[in-house]
Amino acid sequence: MPDAAFMEKESLGMTLGADLLRIEDLTVSFSMFGGAVEAVRGASLRVLPGKVTALVGESGSGKSVISQAVMGILPPSASAGGRILFDDPSLSGGPIDLIPLPRDGQPIRGLRGNRMGMIFQEPMTSLSPLHTIGNQIGESLALHKGATKAEQRERTEEMLSLVGFTNPKRAIDMYPFELSGGMRQRAMIAMALICGPSLLIADEPTTALDVTIQAQILHLLRGLQQQFDMAMLLITHDLGVVANMADEVVVIYHGEIMEAGPVEDIFRRPSHPYLKGLMAAVPHFDMKPGERLKALREVPVKAEALLGRTAGARPKAPAAAAGDVLLSVRGLAKTYTTRKSGWFGKGEASAMRAVDDVSFDIRRGECLGLVGESGCGKTTVSKILMRGVTADSGSVTLHSQDGPIDLLAARGAALDRLRTRVQMVFQDPVSSLSPRMTVQNILTEPLEIHGRGDAPARRETAKALLKAIGLDKRHLNRYPHSFSGGQRQRIGIARALALGPELLICDEPVSALDVSVQAQILNLLKDLQAELGLTYLFISHNLAVVDYMADRIAVMCAGRIVELAPRERLMRNPVHPYTKALLAAVPFPDLDKPLDFDALKKSGAASQQRWEKAFSDEDEGPLTKIEIAEGHWVLARPNADFRELCA
Amino acid sequence: MTLSLPEPGAPLSHYVSDKPFDPMSVEAMSQKQSEIYEASQLRLMWWKFKKHRLALASLVFLVAAYLMIMVVEFLAPYNLHTRNVERIYAPPQSVHLFHDGAFVGPFVYGRALTLDMDTLRRVYTEDRGKVEKLRFFCKGDTYRFWGLVEADRHLVCPAEGSDFFLFGSDRLGRDVLSRILYGARISLTIGLLGVSMAFVLGIVIGGLAGYHGGIFDLIVQRVIEVLQSIPSIPLWMALAAIMPVTWSPIVIYLGITCILGLLDWTGLARAVRSKLLALREEDYVLAAQLMGARPGRIIGRHLVPGFLSHLIASATMSIPAMILGETALSFLGLGLRPPITSWGILLTEARSVSVIAFYPWLLIPTIPVILVILAFNFLGDGLRDAADPYK
Repeated sequence: MPDAAFMEKESLGMTLGADLLRIEDLTVSFSMFGGAVEAVRGASLRVLPGKVTALVGESGSGKSVISQAVMGILPPSASAGGRILFDDPSLSGGPIDLIPLPRDGQPIRGLRGNRMGMIFQEPMTSLSPLHTIGNQIGESLALHKGATKAEQRERTEEMLSLVGFTNPKRAIDMYPFELSGGMRQRAMIAMALICGPSLLIADEPTTALDVTIQAQILHLLRGLQQQFDMAMLLITHDLGVVANMADEVVVIYHGEIMEAGPVEDIFRRPSHPYLKGLMAAVPHFDMKPGERLKALREVPVKAEALLGRTAGARPKAPAAAAGDVLLSVRGLAKTYTTRKSGWFGKGEASAMRAVDDVSFDIRRGECLGLVGESGCGKTTVSKILMRGVTADSGSVTLHSQDGPIDLLAARGAALDRLRTRVQMVFQDPVSSLSPRMTVQNILTEPLEIHGRGDAPARRETAKALLKAIGLDKRHLNRYPHSFSGGQRQRIGIARALALGPELLICDEPVSALDVSVQAQILNLLKDLQAELGLTYLFISHNLAVVDYMADRIAVMCAGRIVELAPRERLMRNPVHPYTKALLAAVPFPDLDKPLDFDALKKSGAASQQRWEKAFSDEDEGPLTKIEIAEGHWVLARPNADFRELCA
Repeated sequence: MTLSLPEPGAPLSHYVSDKPFDPMSVEAMSQKQSEIYEASQLRLMWWKFKKHRLALASLVFLVAAYLMIMVVEFLAPYNLHTRNVERIYAPPQSVHLFHDGAFVGPFVYGRALTLDMDTLRRVYTEDRGKVEKLRFFCKGDTYRFWGLVEADRHLVCPAEGSDFFLFGSDRLGRDVLSRILYGARISLTIGLLGVSMAFVLGIVIGGLAGYHGGIFDLIVQRVIEVLQSIPSIPLWMALAAIMPVTWSPIVIYLGITCILGLLDWTGLARAVRSKLLALREEDYVLAAQLMGARPGRIIGRHLVPGFLSHLIASATMSIPAMILGETALSFLGLGLRPPITSWGILLTEARSVSVIAFYPWLLIPTIPVILVILAFNFLGDGLRDAADPYK
């Protein structure tokens, strides 16, 4: 133990019982351009040894700042006050106050990665691309335990098999780019746990992952936490995750604690309006048809001004006859080939079928949901539809109000017309808006490109668009950086509406947003659809979100649509094992509906080996669509028994 | 009531904050913040730039220098080619304020010239009795201001029938200070012209290479590599040698500018290309494509503004290279030629050892070169720091 830390402990002159981490009246403020910003204002919380405390809040609530303060990795512009007492039973001498420790001094370095481990949100960027994962995991062993190479390797292999690598001997020498997001997150967990810390800080550990992977990672974290009898500070915005993981819950808003208590109290007797608001904003499968989510900050839709102003945005009265197909997709296929180049040009081409014989119709005025994990090809489909990627084969026809357009072959004027008919809402609200353009420029740009109206008319349209998404017209002259994620996403939606499209492709529009903001955006999209008679293709990995939005749902796996059914039917009567896995993987903020980790593990997500024979095309001929009920079909073997499927 | 933690290890009671709750409070912002949010990028950059003291001082210095070259005729005590045959190789004179303990205002002591017959050197001896008061806003050499208006006013001139060489005079008895001031005109503008040329070439070529990629990118990359692999001084020399001796000095000046610009765009083009490659992947570029925007519009409206500030900063850093290039070329006798006067030309006077030994004041033109180059570097530094105001 470092001497400085010893002195620190003596100066505290008290003994704490059994709180591993005790944060008392923590304040953190950042000195910024426009004056100091108080990120955390007098927050107190504690983590018991061997227990999980969840810190819940929206982005910007200061929850990540607290974790940084604990780890001593606050940026230099921050100043912290209060006390953070870390009382590690394996260290003699009582609790250490972490705040006065120098940022990169020996005492804090001795704790970081050794007694306190941390998992970050983004598995793609939190591992070094230049080192093998074994190298990165073993590093903290070398630093803190002085382990020899052989010991490092042995311990690392052990750890890798604990976090779920099936072949740790091979995995130890792999580079991060060879691993999927979920596997990287597992490697990250191995790195955090290798020294056997008494406290694990998990900062949004599953936010960047698909629901199915999320469930696996949560299961893994819970299991390891119990196995090592380790305490965990879980930071998340997702109450569903909290309900499945936590023992104690602390709800933070704008740097202040709003509600705190044991998990039973929090979920059975939520009292604070903020917590209630958060809970009401989570979509769940028991929603009655037509039931609306209650967003914490509701956005009024005033789309009247848009009606008639833009060409396509008309009330749905004339065209919305049932069965009227707006977009029909037939036999779409796309294969990516990657050439493995050898030294002398004798490369082997390996093909990846990103989209494999995909066919579906979108009816005018409906919302078709497309669900699947990342890598299943749903984004490729959306890119083909937007003409960002060229399909290998298949046909797509848009039955626009002014005649059908062959979507895949349109050139010149037809392509320009197509651009005004189909628009897209992006996933990432940060990168989808030009940082150097004002909101007005962003909104008027599509009009300029298509030569609609003169400058004053465009400005009027921009105002009407802003109004439609619930922003004020004085926001016109602001730059994107001044808006929150939800506001930016609304601006992105307004931009997509500027040309008055008939079809809006929403590619994961809410997966980068907090739950509370997610409800707001979903409601906004619903209202706009009703007011403007829009048609949506809604792509998401979260079945609960799609369930809330869509009329019909298509489930996509490994480039193929494996099941397609009307919403209620798919929810009530899912047939395909993959659909079932997706349904089971959504965590709910309800203690009575915990995730069934064992079932999840058994069914696996996308691994076909675990599917029942009827759905696997491993040994026998091609699969066909089998219609089970009106509008509900599933991809299975031609000879599969109907009753077996429904079982 | 704020949350008070239970005794260590004790069960946690259910705490609910009783403070008023406003779900909009995170979105609310202060006056100061909303001011920042409405500020354009340029304004944000300026706010940040102001904090960089050295850069700000450099900016002031450079602005003053560029303002100065507009009114050189008035500021310089002599004309560019005014010769004082009586005062060849006169050393610098110092300006005094007090004579015999009495205040007389700025003046210099008169000097007498004798020829040392052993070494044939001109020896100037100061006559402490002769007080020659400097005149201000006085009539002196006549000149055509900007080649248009006949005028003879100067900021400062020597006393009637006397002379005043603050930085000494050269082998023809010309005032070094006046020549430095006139030389600044050429030396300071050649950098700007060259850089703006390199800037345009760099953005266009780098932009096209970065956005389109493919064969065009390949060719551009190879050309850049070839250009950068040639040692710069021999290349300058070769290009400078192409220019016929019969050309007028002004055409030569433009020619040199072109040479400097043509060789300097490569670095900028590379920077532009790599930035474009990175920004091209952003969603807003895809969004613009999906709106139906043409490549020119996407490059010009979405991509280039995203890193223009960086480009300006790096262009600022490359002006000194241009100035040094001109100085070096002229010093080697390959760049500008008299009667055009630049700092490089002035330094050619100081080429021999005897000059450095006997007439060290002829090296004074290096001081403005160093000052200007340092100032541009500091300025570029400050601009680069300010270029990312969103950080």
